[in-house]
Parts: sequence; C-alpha cells; structure tokens
Amino acid sequence: MNSVPLLEVKNLKTHFHTERGRVTAVNGVSFTINKGEIIGIVGESGCGKSVMSQSIIRLLEHTDSIEYEGEVRFDNQELLSMPISQLRAIRGDEIAMIFQDPLSSLNPVYTIGNQIVEVLRQHQKISKKEAHKKAIEVLRATGIPSPEIRVNDYPHQLSGGMQQRAMIAMALSCEPKLLIADEPTTALDVTIQAQIIELIMELNRTMGMGVLFITHDLGVVSEICTSVKVMYLGQIVEDTTTERLFATPLHPYTQGLIKSIPRMDGNRHEKLHVIEGTVPSIADIPRGCSFSTRCPYADERCFNEEPLMEKVNAEHSVKCWNYAAINNLEGRA
Amino acid sequence: MITLQKKEDIAQISERLKKEQRTLRFRRLKSNYGLLIGATIIILLIVLAIIGPLFTPYGPYGMKVLDRLLPPSADHWLGTDEFGRDLFTRIIYGARVSISIGLIVALLSSFLGLIIGVYATYYKILDHILMRICDGLIAIPGILLAIALMAALGASSFNVIVALTVVFTPNIARIVRSTALVVREQTYIEAMHAQGASNSRIIWLHIVPNTLSPLLVQATFVFAEAIISEAALSFLGAGIPAPEASWGNILQAGKLVIYKAWWMVVFPGVAIIISVLSLNLFGDGLRDYLDPRVKLKQKKS
Amino acid sequence: MLAYITKRLLSLIPVLFVVTIAIFLIIHITPGAPAAVILGIEASEAEIEALNEELGLNRPIYEQYFNWVGNLLKGDLGQSISMHQPVGQAIAEHIGPTLSLAILAQIIALILAIPFGIIAAYKRGTAVDYSLMGVSLLGMAIPSFLLGLLLMLVVGVKLQWLPVAGYESLSNGLWAHLQYLILPGISLGTIQAALITRMTRSSMLEVLNLNYIKTARSRGLSETRVLLKHAFRNAFLPILTVIGQTFGVLVTGAVVVESIFNIPGLGQLILNSIARRDFAVIQGVVLIVTVIYVGLNLIIDLLYGFVDPRVRLDRK
Repeated sequence: MNSVPLLEVKNLKTHFHTERGRVTAVNGVSFTINKGEIIGIVGESGCGKSVMSQSIIRLLEHTDSIEYEGEVRFDNQELLSMPISQLRAIRGDEIAMIFQDPLSSLNPVYTIGNQIVEVLRQHQKISKKEAHKKAIEVLRATGIPSPEIRVNDYPHQLSGGMQQRAMIAMALSCEPKLLIADEPTTALDVTIQAQIIELIMELNRTMGMGVLFITHDLGVVSEICTSVKVMYLGQIVEDTTTERLFATPLHPYTQGLIKSIPRMDGNRHEKLHVIEGTVPSIADIPRGCSFSTRCPYADERCFNEEPLMEKVNAEHSVKCWNYAAINNLEGRA
Repeated sequence: MITLQKKEDIAQISERLKKEQRTLRFRRLKSNYGLLIGATIIILLIVLAIIGPLFTPYGPYGMKVLDRLLPPSADHWLGTDEFGRDLFTRIIYGARVSISIGLIVALLSSFLGLIIGVYATYYKILDHILMRICDGLIAIPGILLAIALMAALGASSFNVIVALTVVFTPNIARIVRSTALVVREQTYIEAMHAQGASNSRIIWLHIVPNTLSPLLVQATFVFAEAIISEAALSFLGAGIPAPEASWGNILQAGKLVIYKAWWMVVFPGVAIIISVLSLNLFGDGLRDYLDPRVKLKQKKS
Repeated sequence: MLAYITKRLLSLIPVLFVVTIAIFLIIHITPGAPAAVILGIEASEAEIEALNEELGLNRPIYEQYFNWVGNLLKGDLGQSISMHQPVGQAIAEHIGPTLSLAILAQIIALILAIPFGIIAAYKRGTAVDYSLMGVSLLGMAIPSFLLGLLLMLVVGVKLQWLPVAGYESLSNGLWAHLQYLILPGISLGTIQAALITRMTRSSMLEVLNLNYIKTARSRGLSETRVLLKHAFRNAFLPILTVIGQTFGVLVTGAVVVESIFNIPGLGQLILNSIARRDFAVIQGVVLIVTVIYVGLNLIIDLLYGFVDPRVRLDRK
C-alpha cells in the first residue's frame, strides 16, 4: 500500500444550523481511501452517509447554514479550510461525484454533450471542438452505443441506465483521482444496476481511481468494495474488510442488517429479520450508545455511556461495549 | 386489561398531540408578523373610517370658497380641497366608501366564485359552459372590462360594485374549482358517494369547507385589488360620482391642482398605499398560516 | 409541434366566442334603449328611429351579434359616431403611444426585476433579500396611476427634470419621444418589476434546490455560471408565463396612466368615448386590447417549446 493515502478523513463532523438549533448530521467520522481502492459506506436512509459524502467537497454550504469540524486531507491538501475558489479547481477535476437519480442530476435544458464539454473546458485549456471530441470518447468509454449521436441528446431522451452512464462519463471526463458515488444504482432496475456496478469496477481497474461507494444495499457492497464502513446516526459503528463483515459481523446493528437481506437459498416461509424500532431523528440522538434504543443486547452502560471505536484486530474495528460478550469472543480476542 | 391500557394510551397520546398542535399553531401565529401587522392596520383603518368623523368638526360636503386649497395646518390637519372642504374629513369619508366597496366586492365575488367553482366540478356540462365563460371574461383585461361596464351602466357606487364583481368572480371560480377537483378525488369522498350520500350534502359538508382556505386568501387579495380598481375608476371619472368622496375622486381633483396643492395627491395616495399594503401583508401571512407546507418548502430551500 | 400549435389555436375559439359576446352585450346592458342613451335626452323620436335603423338596433339581438362578428371578421370594427370615422382607423391612430408605453414599461421592469430576483434568491435570508422583498412589497401596493401622480409631483413639478405631461411621436427623434414616456414608463413598470422580482426569486429558489444544481457545483463550476447558465435558464419558464400574463395588466395600466400624462393613446380614446357615449369605440378598444393580450399569451406558450427541449420534443 502507498504510504500517503489518497483521501484521509479525520473526525469529520457536519453541523446544520436550523431553526430548532444546531443539528449534527455527521458526528466524528474517520476513514482513509488509498489509490485504486473501493471503499463502501453502508447505512439506512437518514444515517448521514449522503451528508458525509457531500461534506468532503463541501457541497452543502451553498444551500444550508453549515459548520464543519475535523479534517479532510486529499492529496496532502486540507479541503475543509481551503478557500472555496481553490476547492472549485479540485471539484470535478480531481474529485468527481455521481448521484442517486441521474435524470434529476442532469440539467434538462442542455444536451449531454454540452454538459460534458462545459466540465472539460472548466478544468482544461482545450477548444470546443476538442472538448466535443473528448466528450464522445468518454461516452464511448462508459459503454453508451453510438456516442456520436447520443452526445447531442437531451437527458430525458435517454433511458435511466444510459443517463447514469452519461453522469459517469461526465464525472470521469477529467480523469479524477477519486470518485464519490452516492447511491448510484438505487434508482435503477436490477439488471441495469449490475451493469453500472460492472462499469464502475472496470473504470476503477483501468484508471486506478479511488472510489467511495455509498449505498444502503449490502448486496451491492459485497460485489464491489474491498472494505466497508457501517454508518448509524452520523457515526461509523463498524469498519472492516468486506469478507470479514459478512463472515463475522460484530456490531448488533450490522448483524441485523445482514440478517435482513433476503436470501435465495433461505426458507420461503421463514419471516425476514427486521431491526426493531425506527431510526431516531438526528435531531435527538440517544444518550450513550446511539444504537441503544434499538439494540436487543443493550444494558445500563449502553444507555448512559458512549462506546469508543475499538480495534478488534488489524482489519476490524467496532463501536460497541458488549461486542465480545455478544459474539462469544471472551478470551479469544 | 391490555387492550384497555392501550385505549387509554391512545386517548392520552391524541390529547397530547392536539395540545402540541394548538401550541404550534399559536406559535406560528405569533411568529407570523405579516399576518399580525396587516390585520392590525386593517382593523385600525376600519375603526378610523367608522369613528373618524367624531374627531373632525367639519362635514364632508360643506363648501367654503374662502378656505380653498389651504395647506396642512392645525385647523385642517391635511389641508383643504378645491372647494374649501377639509381634506382629512374627505379622506375619512372616502375610506368608508373605498373600504366598504372593496369589502363588498370581495365578499360577493367570493360567494359567487365559490358556488360556480364548486358546482362546476359536479356537473360536467355546467363545468364546460361555466369555465368557458370564465376563461372568456379572464381574457378581457380587468380594468378595461370594468371601464366598459361602467360606461354602459353609468357612474354610481352600486354599478362599481357590479362591474368589479363581474371582473373578479371568474378568477375566484377557477381557483375554487381547482381546489374542489383535488378534494373530490380524495378517497373519503369516493367512499361517501359509494354510501349513497347526496351530491349537495357532500358539496356543502365536505367540499366547500376544504376550499375555504385558498378562498379566504384570494378574497383578501381581491379586497386589495378592488380598492385599487375603484380608485382607478373614480380617478378616471368612471367610478364614484362627485360630490361623494372616494380616494379615487379626491385624486382626480388633486391632479387638476397638482401645481398648487401637493397634499391633495399625497394624502389620499398614502391612504390607498397603506390599505393595499396591509391587505397584501395580511393575505401573504394568511396563506403561510393556513398552508404551512408552502412556507416549509421555502424554508428548506 | 404543429399539432400542438393547432390544438392551442383551436382552444382559442371558445374564449374568443365568449369575449365577443361579452363585449357585444356591453351596449345592450345600458339602462334604457341604446339609441336613446347614445343620442342623449334631447334627441327626438325620429332621430332615435334613424339611429336604430343605421346601427341595426331594431333587429333581433342574435342577428345583430352575427352581423357584428361578421363585420369584425372582415376587419370592420364599426363607425365612430362622435368622430365620424371608422373605429379601426381611430384605434390605429391611438395604439402607437399605448404600445410604446407598455413596451418601455416592460423593458424597465425586466431590467430591474431579473437581476434583483436572482440576487434575492442567491442571498436568501440575508438583509439584501429582505430589503429587496420589502421594496417589492411596497411596489406592488402602489397602483400605477398613483405612482404616476406622485412622480409627476416630485420629478415634474418640484424638480422639473422631465416634462410633466404630453407626447411626441417617435418620428420626432428618440429622446423627444422618450422624455415624455420615462415617467409614465416608470409608473407602469414598477408594479410589474415588483411582481417579476418576486416570481424570479421564488422560481430561482425552487431550481437552486434541484439535484442538477448540486451536480453543476460538484463539477467545479463557478457560482455565477451555476446561477446564470444552469439555474436561470430553467427558472425562466415560469417567469416567462408571468410576463405574458401581466402584459395585459401593462396595456390596461397604460390606458389609465396615459390619462394622467395626457398621452394620446387608447386610454384617452376610450375615456373620451365614455363621455360621448361612443359605444362602438369602447367595444373596439376593449376587443383590440383583449386580442393583443390573448395573442401574446399564445406566443409565449409557443416560446416554451424553444426554451424547454422537453416541451419541444414531447409535442412533436
């Protein structure tokens, strides 16, 4: 592995100032991504994973009243304290982002080509003609058939899968070092999902870019990511390799998530597992362990004291007081 | 036992929710400055129009040629007009005319618009006929239609009310109709139909109450627009005929003496601006209050 | 697109039908016989009978209507009794100043409103936003004829910067033409500007919240580019509709404002006609202004297609 990680997030906190006071959507998240690595962030909707991903390139401060804490180091530059004009040169050039719903993420009144050319000319000194040529090239690279024609299409003329390919093409046009993919497959059909995942993995291999893959779908994670961070209420509660996560999940929340995946080989009449209760609002996070209100193993301490992230071994960390007892690890770890 | 407990819980919870809703509604009212300021000024204006004459020793019609076009002074707070009448008194009496015409037009056109809009949603042929008529009337620019109607009917307060009601009703009918259409599609209305409730019962007990919020907001704006339109008509000489006072015809007289008597233009003008502004504030506030979703959406953005 | 245009044109037929009936009926709702009203109290029986004959007022009412519409379709708006000339000609002589004024007011409104609306949306929640919205609220509460009077008082009478009233046609030079139209243009444009500012702001706020704006920012585009290229083009559609809908307000407003500044436009024509009970002219002016208004809204609807590719292609 490289000595300097591509992206290093240290104790990132994102606070929103709302009418009701300060709300903390991301509460002390730390992780690193190395060059060429695909990292997954998993969690239910509302766990702060989208806010976290958008905090990295500070997309939220344009529309909301935001306060950040912590550090986001990318290529030895600190992004959170950087002037926004300097950050703009990085956005879209070195760090690109794709979103959940491709149709609403593309501007309806400009052609795909126009939108790609705009990004290219924003970051590179090339002529319109060259940019147009390059736009066709990247569209072809993302597997869009007859890109010479498609380049002049408006977003609504493409199918959902093609729209997401166009989004990816736009994101990749400047050959970024890091791609942040925020639920890029959620709005798509299952077969198209697989194609898009395949495409992202292939581009990761050929271009060697790091990928931060955000999803609520553990199935997708198992296919694409080398390591996974499980998020709950703005915090990472478990962090390990994909293999270990599925083999020996330690946090009760992760266990619940994995148990609630429907299995092809399971008993049809068996009820699907459900995690009790609902996700509390980020406006009133429980005292103690944030998962305590829904945890079947919660005891006195869990309700009162917040656990720390504990390293179980070199590849596995978990944020739970009782993980050892729950998993019968006493004496073994 | 268990079920009983649960029942109690539900009663308690719904009680608590209701209470919360009440305090929330009150808090929303308290923080809705537009609504409060608007309402206060309108009420003050109406009170002034009613009891104002008590504060002035002058009548609205008595002319005193020697006192013509006097500037504002201790005797005549706002000066006098071209016939030597006290301008403050004229504006107070004008307020009676302008505000009551605005109010009557707002009430009449809301009532007619409500009936047209609601019944249109229920009878298809009626709907086609009424909505084409409304579209046609909306297509004729308002003041122009009012001017033409006044030309035909002749200048009088009653005719101003008729003309402006014709102008404002179609728009209200359209708004009521679109709200009523949405309500009509609700499942519970369909269920009532299935149970055999009569059309008029459903219309008056369920559809009409649901159209009242947008109607009330719209009526406020019509109130303001009617004040403006009456003033414009009277200013053009096609509204309230002299010697009766209205803000519009005071302005008409003021225009003729604009070189000599600025107060004849400024004070009735300020009266119009204050009443229209407060009605607009009130209407905007009312909309936010009755439909908090609109505001929430804006806040989120 | 062609099918859409046809459909849109066909939908105008019932509207115009109602409009013509309403305008036609104006002469018939006068208290008393129309001919007597037109001629005044001193008219003799014979004179009334002659006028009835001339205007066809003694024929059945539906026949009168079809005659009138038939003439309209031939371009004949009737005869002005007081001016002894065809109504069409009278309107042609007076429409220039009204349109000049309405267009100038629209230009003034757009120049002010669009930048203000964009700035208010971008700076929402700040003092800049609040003061712009406050001013626009005030602007909406001042009827144009009143603002006209106040401007006349301050700029014309007290400061004497611009002529108080009057008119010079464009053929006498642009400045000669404009100096008479500036005050009326501002009086008329202000309320329009206030309305468009608010519309621009709320439309921009809605668009700024959409995903593709986030995408644009995530690509490193500058805020100016995000606002003007990505947001405004999308926010423009609802603004365009408001402009169309309120141009009618402008033309009618012009009719009122003209009378303050003594501009010889349609306003003066219609007001003089009221005094002379010249119903043919009143009907003609109302009809022409309505047709302009309806036509303008049609054009704006069709323009949608050019601004928004979704409309253009879906309606092919």
